[in-house]
Amino acid sequence: MKIKGRAWKFGDGVSTDDIAPGRYFYLRSQPKELAKHAFEDLRPDFAKNAKPGDIVVGGRNFGQGSSREHAPLIIKLNGVGAIIAKSVARIFFRNAINLGLPMIIVDTDRINDCDEIEIDLKEGIVEDLTKKFKLEAKPLPEAMLKILRDGGLVPHVKKHGSFTL
Amino acid sequence: MGLTLAEKILSMRMGKKVRAGDVVISPVDYAAAQDGTGPLTIRVMEEQLGVKSVFEPGRVIFFLDHAAPAPRKELANDHKFIKQFGKEVGCIVSREGEGIIHQRLVEDFVSPGDIIVGADSHTCTSGALAAFATGMGSTDIAVAMAYGKTWFRVPETIRIEASGELPFGVFPKDLMLYIIGKLTAEGATYKALEFQGETIRNLTQESRFTLSNMAVEAGAKVGLIESDDATRRYLKEMGREGKYKEIKADEGASYESIMYIDSEDLVPSLAAPHFVDNYRTIDQLEGLKVDQVFIGTCTNGRFEDLLVAATILKGKKVDPNVKFIVGPASRKVLEKAVKESLIDISIKAGAVIIPPGCGPCAGVHAGVPSDGEVVVSTQNRNFRGRMGNPNSEIYLASPATAAATAIKGEIADPREFLPEDFKVKIVS
Ligand code: SF4
Repeated sequence: MKIKGRAWKFGDGVSTDDIAPGRYFYLRSQPKELAKHAFEDLRPDFAKNAKPGDIVVGGRNFGQGSSREHAPLIIKLNGVGAIIAKSVARIFFRNAINLGLPMIIVDTDRINDCDEIEIDLKEGIVEDLTKKFKLEAKPLPEAMLKILRDGGLVPHVKKHGSFTL
Repeated sequence: MGLTLAEKILSMRMGKKVRAGDVVISPVDYAAAQDGTGPLTIRVMEEQLGVKSVFEPGRVIFFLDHAAPAPRKELANDHKFIKQFGKEVGCIVSREGEGIIHQRLVEDFVSPGDIIVGADSHTCTSGALAAFATGMGSTDIAVAMAYGKTWFRVPETIRIEASGELPFGVFPKDLMLYIIGKLTAEGATYKALEFQGETIRNLTQESRFTLSNMAVEAGAKVGLIESDDATRRYLKEMGREGKYKEIKADEGASYESIMYIDSEDLVPSLAAPHFVDNYRTIDQLEGLKVDQVFIGTCTNGRFEDLLVAATILKGKKVDPNVKFIVGPASRKVLEKAVKESLIDISIKAGAVIIPPGCGPCAGVHAGVPSDGEVVVSTQNRNFRGRMGNPNSEIYLASPATAAATAIKGEIADPREFLPEDFKVKIVS
């Protein structure tokens, strides 16, 4: 499976407060409304301009902070096809995979904002089509790979009747 | 080879020896969520998993704490939705004003050796009771609530070995800010922290919660502390002495690394905006003008914290330019603080007392700072926008530093304000 789109480049330490600000807590039962505020303080244009297949590119410790699953959920609701980052916080990592949103660990230093990126999920290759270089992703832990292959945690447990990891 | 505390607890619960790196499907003793993550958890159960029951109603708990009583109709409706679900499946709903999820969990539910999962990142707080407790998102918790199971990768452990006594005016919060500064915000990602050493053994159970609470700020999955007499006394005070179990790491357990700390060298500390690992010592920030001070949260809103603050506030008035907010972590804390006149002292000093719960910590209500304001808070994170306004700055500190700061109107050294012979010595 391949995902292709524009890179939205962010720096290190993007927190769940940056992704889904707490002041919109009251919209948590309306994820589509909340999605309009994704990354609002860092990239006010994100929700308006993100296109299906676009790729969020983070630095170190992406998604640090709270357990709010709304963070990866509203990234997904904006059509993002995958997140790539140098490293990712634990709960965010689990949440993204549980939602079936690919989370890929790779050195993102050379990728710039707006680069055209193609990800080959099966091979674990991230290609910067603008700058013409390829990066090899760190393989996902086996358990997470199984969940992701089933499309997320709910499809996984429904398919197998429990965890099969 | 011996087992780390994380391996020990999981092995006990799984009934077989497990080691770092193993993937286990583990039973859970409690699955919890709060009012921010709860509605989504319920919707995942009902709409996606298609279940109309929970694995064991007495082991599934929802806490109304982040925005309670509700400041807006949308949040009031979320509360109603949770209560309705609670009625339908018979699970526990901890209502408005009962307190913060992590404080309530340790007061009334968690025992040593338990496995706890919660849809809140600071679920690791319960690790101070030698319970394997960790935060997850709504989908993971929905599955745990429905099936009574979850999966873990058994974590490698970083052992924090702290020797010596905490000096005068230095508290577990200062120790933890120092540890996070050293480890960095991602230094313990996917790992367990195990707090060991003389310093930890000499801490009261209440103050140990501050350490475990902030384990996640270094990225850790759990922040564990062995159970001992302090744990037993605490459980006794909470009416659960019978649940006490001694759980210790084995001699010769294998640690990924060990961080040695000489506690005697520590000084009052803060985390500067906008990251928890942005460590500063008090002398680097003393004198900085402050607009708001908040003492409370699951990190430092316990009785001992209010007692330390009241010791400093007694007979004094806070600076007239400071909004000073005090939030007890639970109803139990509030009751005890009222009984011991701590609330009276705080009110006379100029505090606004807010209902037990998260207060302004998550940026929803009860003290959102205005543009450009500087806040000193006893909470656990200071990310941009955390308290509801991205144009404000949050410094994290101990209750003592916070109280001293409230009086001076600028970041202040608590050692100037504490009585010379002051020491936290409280049973439990
Ligand atoms: S007090 Fe703050 S950190 Fe603790 S549970 Fe509430 S919002 Fe989270």
